[in-house]
Amino acid sequence: MVGNRMDPWVDSYAQRAQGLTTSAIRALFSVAARPEVVSLAGGMPYVSALDSDQFADIAARVVREQGAVALQYGSGQGDQMLREQILEISGLVGVRSHPDDVVVTAGSQMGLDLVTKIFCDPGDTVIVESPSYVGALGVFRSYQCNVVHIAMDEQGLNPQSLREGLSENPRVKFIYTIPSFHNPAGLTQSSERRAEILAIAQEFNVPILEDDPYGLLGFEGEPPRAIRSLDDQSVIYLGSFSKIIASGLRVGWVIAPHGVREKLVLAAEAATLCPSNFSQLVVSRYLAEQPWQQQIKVFQELYRERRDALLQSMQALMPLGVTWTVPQGGFYSWLTLPQQLNATNMLPRAISSMVAYVPGSGFYANGQGAQNLRLSYCYPDPARIEEGVRRLSGVIEAELELVDTFGVNGDSGPTTGSAHTHIPKSDLV
Amino acid sequence: MRIAILSGGLNAERDVSLRSGRRVAEALRFEIPKAEIFELDLNADFLDSLSSDSFDVVIPLIHGVIGEDATLRSMLELKGIPYIGSSAQSSARAFDKGISAGLVPTGSAPQFVVFPQSFFREMGAPRILKSVISGIGLPLIVKPINGGSAFGVRLCASVDQVAPALVDAFGYGDRVMLQSAVIGTELAVTVIEVDGKLQALPPVEVVPISGVYDFDARYTAGATEFFVPARLNSKLIEQVCAYAILVHVTLGLRDISRTDVIVDTDGVIWFLEVNVSPGMTETSLVPQAIDAAGMNVGAVFGSLVTQAISRDH
Repeated sequence: MVGNRMDPWVDSYAQRAQGLTTSAIRALFSVAARPEVVSLAGGMPYVSALDSDQFADIAARVVREQGAVALQYGSGQGDQMLREQILEISGLVGVRSHPDDVVVTAGSQMGLDLVTKIFCDPGDTVIVESPSYVGALGVFRSYQCNVVHIAMDEQGLNPQSLREGLSENPRVKFIYTIPSFHNPAGLTQSSERRAEILAIAQEFNVPILEDDPYGLLGFEGEPPRAIRSLDDQSVIYLGSFSKIIASGLRVGWVIAPHGVREKLVLAAEAATLCPSNFSQLVVSRYLAEQPWQQQIKVFQELYRERRDALLQSMQALMPLGVTWTVPQGGFYSWLTLPQQLNATNMLPRAISSMVAYVPGSGFYANGQGAQNLRLSYCYPDPARIEEGVRRLSGVIEAELELVDTFGVNGDSGPTTGSAHTHIPKSDLV
Repeated sequence: MRIAILSGGLNAERDVSLRSGRRVAEALRFEIPKAEIFELDLNADFLDSLSSDSFDVVIPLIHGVIGEDATLRSMLELKGIPYIGSSAQSSARAFDKGISAGLVPTGSAPQFVVFPQSFFREMGAPRILKSVISGIGLPLIVKPINGGSAFGVRLCASVDQVAPALVDAFGYGDRVMLQSAVIGTELAVTVIEVDGKLQALPPVEVVPISGVYDFDARYTAGATEFFVPARLNSKLIEQVCAYAILVHVTLGLRDISRTDVIVDTDGVIWFLEVNVSPGMTETSLVPQAIDAAGMNVGAVFGSLVTQAISRDH
């Protein structure tokens, strides 16, 4: 007798869909969306800092004056003028290229997906940092890649470990790195480190996939120069308007060597025909008409103030034994809990105490990260950040007392959730 | 008619509750097209909006703390607003797994203890665990006393699994149950009460593919195989149905409840828990039982709406 599995197609799904299950962690994040909860979890840009009237006006004029284009299909590669403007922005991190080498995508997430699609067969190896961006790990998992984590030090990806990783693993298709204001680690590679990593990649003849959504959101000095600025043949560069304009527009880009770019355009057309013309024209007009560099400064100042609020309140409130990275830009700080704690197991207590974070295990494909968690300071204002840290400190103290009572350490076995930490998409960025 | 469907809330079952709310709202819109149906979250605005003429009836579909204990229902009773389901007092009894397991027919709950965290802290956990494990034996189940959807629930087959399971369970609340694990057929029996007539719907047998009916198995379509009616002989099915009705009556429940039991290989029925606001999602058990009984969710809730309103008048 066969029972009902509530999904008639359950035996029909592809192998790559096997990991697409719900999880207790994901359900817990549903509570984090409530206003009572201080969410230090999601990496949502603070779009309220934008002038919404200005965007309304731009959007209205795009439809009124360019409606025939804005409301129509467009080029699979993206709008020509926008691709030129993208090069102006990428120039700020030292990337020089030709508009023909730019592919506009629905956010850089789509770029990640397309690059993986054209490079990786099931079982191929992708090298990533340790930890790495959870949204990238999701893409690599869905293409059934073998993900190899490489250690980081205070300057980011460790060259010696990278060399070992490349030596030990055949068929490495690319090295995925976030060199500036890393998500989630909050670290930034020095220019010497970037050159070193590139030299190793060149030596092993493996391309670098450079993900750079935060590059222009540094708090001090000039933006770090992209790895792509050193070599336009070995580096595929992912950029995004999500953090410097608005994530809701879903416009990002890939700058790639021409052979890769041709495949990307064909893959992009197969996936979506073309990126949204409407969104592209809004971005293009915004860049043409508005002081966008000034707006980036506004964002930098806003996020710096929030970073400071986070660091100061952690300094004042966190229990002994908790350590964290000090980001010089971007959205995130990476916490390490005392050894006996497990950030995933602690999450329900945090949610009950009205504070949310992302457990570290989500940023690993190999089960590491139990002792870590990611805090985002981009969305709540400084007073809320301080309140969030106060709550989290209380949660950590209570958890320490609990594990002390039972004499267990952080490696306390599986929770009721699945092995992978599935995090809602809005928390991925 | 103005019907408020309350779903969401602030505990771990928020997402499950929102899905339950949507499902019931959809069914009721079809069943009572003229009714105005509001899908609301529980927050300060909702409490402010509550007055005797704000809604004709409230359907509390908030799972877990506040929704299934006495809290929300007491508030509705204070405001004099009719609602579907058990009273505040009986919900409080049913929701606390320690209390409900103590009230069900004698001997039908597997052996258990309920302890607060402070007891372990002050008396020393190793000492207590030693007594519990020698008294109850292994395997045992560790679960928060007042949660649902299997949050914080773990099956411990060996001694070293118990302390980590307690750490996990205490993340969801201050009191935890340690209970002897019974091996057998897991069943959920829905009881519906309309016009004073109690009816047990066909029991739903739950067979998780992974072996454990945890959160993933509950809410991932395809992860669990359900058999309705259960693969038991008709006499046993009758006994299980009668048992669920007995639990419903013993705890003083009203309108709708779902009693979860395990039937062991000797045909003995063991009580697990009873839910006063059972899940109504696409993979939940009550909608399957309603379908199997030849009824539909809209009609069932439609009659419960009518009953709640007339009860109050």
